[in-house]
Amino acid sequence: MIPEKHIRTDVLVCGGTGCKSAGSAEVIEAFKREVAKKGLEDEVAVVQTGCHGFCEHGPLVIVYPEGTFYCQVTAADVPEIVETHLYKGRIVERLLYREPITHESVPKYSEIGFYKKQERRVLANCGAINPEDINEYIAVGGYEGLMKALTTMTREEVVEEVKKSGLRGRGGAGFPTGLKWGFCKASLGKKKYIICNADEGDPGAFMDRSVLEGDPHKILEGMAIGAYAIGADEGYIYVRAEYPLAIKRLKIAIAQAEKTGFLGENIFGTGFSFTLHIKEGAGAFVCGEETALMASIEGRRGMPRPRPPFPAVAGLWGKPTNINNVETWANVPLIIAKGSEWYTACGTPTSRGTKIFALTGKINNTGLAEVPMGITMREIIYDIGGGIVGGKKFKAVQIGGPSGGCLPESMLDLPVDYDSLIAAGAMMGSGGLVVMDEDTCMVDVAKFFLNFTQSESCGKCTPCREGTKRMLEILTRITEGQGREGDIELLEELAGNIKASALCGLGQTAPNPVLSTLKYFRNEYEAHIKEKRCPAGACAKLANYVITDACKGCGLCARNCPVGAISGKIKEKHVIDQEICIKCGACMTNCPFKAITKG
Amino acid sequence: MMTMESKCACGGVNKEKTKIDEILAKYQGQKGALIPILQEVQNLHNYLPEEALEYVAQETKTPISTIYGVVTFYSQFHLNPRGRNIIRVCQGTACHVRGGKLILEAVEKELGIKAGHTTDDSRFTLETIACIGACGLAPVMQVNGDTHGRLTPNVIPAILAKYK
Repeated sequence: MIPEKHIRTDVLVCGGTGCKSAGSAEVIEAFKREVAKKGLEDEVAVVQTGCHGFCEHGPLVIVYPEGTFYCQVTAADVPEIVETHLYKGRIVERLLYREPITHESVPKYSEIGFYKKQERRVLANCGAINPEDINEYIAVGGYEGLMKALTTMTREEVVEEVKKSGLRGRGGAGFPTGLKWGFCKASLGKKKYIICNADEGDPGAFMDRSVLEGDPHKILEGMAIGAYAIGADEGYIYVRAEYPLAIKRLKIAIAQAEKTGFLGENIFGTGFSFTLHIKEGAGAFVCGEETALMASIEGRRGMPRPRPPFPAVAGLWGKPTNINNVETWANVPLIIAKGSEWYTACGTPTSRGTKIFALTGKINNTGLAEVPMGITMREIIYDIGGGIVGGKKFKAVQIGGPSGGCLPESMLDLPVDYDSLIAAGAMMGSGGLVVMDEDTCMVDVAKFFLNFTQSESCGKCTPCREGTKRMLEILTRITEGQGREGDIELLEELAGNIKASALCGLGQTAPNPVLSTLKYFRNEYEAHIKEKRCPAGACAKLANYVITDACKGCGLCARNCPVGAISGKIKEKHVIDQEICIKCGACMTNCPFKAITKG
Repeated sequence: MMTMESKCACGGVNKEKTKIDEILAKYQGQKGALIPILQEVQNLHNYLPEEALEYVAQETKTPISTIYGVVTFYSQFHLNPRGRNIIRVCQGTACHVRGGKLILEAVEKELGIKAGHTTDDSRFTLETIACIGACGLAPVMQVNGDTHGRLTPNVIPAILAKYK
């Protein structure tokens, strides 16, 4: 990675948000200190990289050229790694990754189940290069796509190449990118803008953050190519304020690219100029919607407006504007540098290339996985994700965030592409995959998402503002045991109306989590309403707390009960009066013998 | 917290205005600069005092109603004084599925306040956040800039004790 001296070994330490909060900064410091202590500074390079995507096991350390993968490394482990591995050349067995099912240790990065089925194209540099050094990006072929576009291709050819690649928007809706560029290019007017939507607000999605943190130059390169194609000379990256590290690395990247001449005036001496600004969001989910995002850049309340006119005709400050999301931009340099033919070799006929998914929830391997389109959900969850935590039973996977839907076990063999997901009642969305097991209540999940969209509704249009509120009220009463006959039908009617009449994507898709759970888990709704029972035991107000025979009669539960619902003699089994119990769970939390169950 | 009105011997009012003037000068002539201006003004106090907003309105010739509209639209802006340490407990999907609610309850119990409030001694302000993108470490919370992950309710008191 680093050209000077005769470096024989590279120690790559992940500096992504996940690993950083698990203590990777101290690990880097410890490596530098220990390497110096052994006098190995001229042979061993310690490099901070971007995210490897395997956040569950952070902080991650990879030693090259062997490709040895150490996980959950703490600063205290570092002297041993330096002594045993870097000095004596033996692997530190105890820090290797173990497969969750076989418990076998896997020494090599490339052989770990989590990575084996992945096709890391967009994420190729994440974790492999230092994101704060433009030379490392150039060394792995960075800015070749921009050079090729500016010096050998016409603007039409660039748009045509992106069209041929079949690239579709990775932000959710899946609109063909080349087509979008074509519209903006065809718009009249000298001043045009390019925007990167990095307002990654979907809870449970963090792929954009990882690309921004781990390979920021790829975004700059993609945007410069796009700007050339549509004829823009100015661009904005709108990043949510919750991503301070991404903002910092983007600022460094822009400064370096300007200095090197990849951004700014007269790039590569071709007469093409492009300047790029960063705009920090101020905390509003709706700003992920393109017209709201532009209002926010203009310094106004981030509220969407009706389309048409589309941004390609009248966008930022009324000028033709092209907006794409981070992951979409990150695909562009690859398409131009390697050609659309290379690109289309991966994926399905209607969904080309790869998609990055954020695997979270009750899954063994949380993290980011980049997979070819068309892979099945089962492969993602079991082969890459390592199955369900604690060997529990899979119940559903929520895909696409607050706009998406929940898919049951019967849909696990569904190929993951834009159209199959829509047909199944979900959507690609930004690519969050939240896995749920038997302990998760699907009505509660629907309520969770609706609560989110409700509180993020900007209030401009009535269907979204009032409609989601009414739906949330109904869901809340169902989960509290007050559900009524006819509630399900009422939810369906409201959902249909909101979908058909809301102003923007936020409202139009807000009912999806409710509709998809109603489609696949209707019986759970019915159990809540008719039997006043939560089959998963997750809804606090419907759960009955019961003291089992494991009770030793210590009396701690009775003392902690805020309403005096528990009675019993000391050293004898206690009982809970279900009439008085308010289901707060204080007894269960405080029981030292795990003698209280919920069901 | 010092506000624009607090006139101390050192000339608090003018000092304040000078700081805001510096911020305004930086964005002079830039289109759509209201949000970054407000972000920087908020950094001075951790919240936006009414007097500061009035001053920004006057200097940028923006109606105060417009500024109020922007401030109340975005969750990042605050009109009331906040604590020295800001706790943000993540309530995103991944955290929700892995018990983020219990973490919030534990923090609420420890501090004796509900989300959205500040302790009487101004030591902590407790907020919830929709997702910080550290889902691999769920459930998580942020205190100031530090992210704490893989939380359980019983580690909360020890974490909070670190922040004075």
